[in-house]
Amino acid sequence: MSRAVCNGLMAGLAAMALAGCGEKPQTTTARKSDTQAWQGTAHLARADTGWAGGDREKWVLHMQSRANNQNEYTRTSLPPRAPAP
Amino acid sequence: MARMKFICDTERCIECNGCVTACKAEHDVPWGVNRRRVVTLNDGVPGERSISVACMHCSDAPCMAVCPVDCFYRTEEGVVLHDKDTCIGCGYCSYACPFGAPQFPSNGTFGLRGKMDKCTFCAGGPEANGSAAENEKYGRNRLAEGKLPSCAEMCSTKALLGGDGGVVADIFRTRVLARGKGSEVWGWGTAYGKPVAGNAPKATKS
Repeated sequence: MSRAVCNGLMAGLAAMALAGCGEKPQTTTARKSDTQAWQGTAHLARADTGWAGGDREKWVLHMQSRANNQNEYTRTSLPPRAPAP
Repeated sequence: MARMKFICDTERCIECNGCVTACKAEHDVPWGVNRRRVVTLNDGVPGERSISVACMHCSDAPCMAVCPVDCFYRTEEGVVLHDKDTCIGCGYCSYACPFGAPQFPSNGTFGLRGKMDKCTFCAGGPEANGSAAENEKYGRNRLAEGKLPSCAEMCSTKALLGGDGGVVADIFRTRVLARGKGSEVWGWGTAYGKPVAGNAPKATKS
């Protein structure tokens, strides 16, 4: 009887020792996704006029239009200056 | 949609540092960290050139390649962002970046290096768009507000252009054709690759 208890204890100890050799998962926990910009902002007061978010196509057009505002040639009726001869 | 891109027209940059100030004010960037800065070459010599430099959101970003904790990611619009909760502040990205974009704030009494900080193209971070957490870690998310990066929109001479790559390239091409020179864009080839043969603007350098 005592031998059986002893064997059981030994087996239990061996199982515990082996469990200590286990390896923790080392997969990365980095967030690889983000809320897309076209989905809009929680800060509605800051959103640009004429755009509220939620529509990807509208957002793309809005951003392209806004980018075009950087072209001062589109603000004047004059064509781009010709290169000097 | 094309990728979001920056371009700095060195023929127009007057070294006013308006872009730097706009960025710092917009995102409450801490002292000692410059997400954008203006670099002048041949300062004081006739023909000197200034260029506004920040993260170029590279097509094949070396910072992403070397990061040991893989904290970088790229959005649908091609903006390279990172997760400050994952960043360990090791500085590898700083060594890898050809533009010196990654910045490290000094934290604590002994000036410990903090989490990396860099230009986000005003696109925030992984937190919810426009949330307080995003604003605190990365600054404003102007893209989600339907706006372009503050630095480009504030540029007084429109030397710094930002936005949809196709539109930005068209604007710059118009300028190059009008003045007959300037197709050599610093940083563009490094960040976005060489132009495909046949698509380059036909302009001669004077």
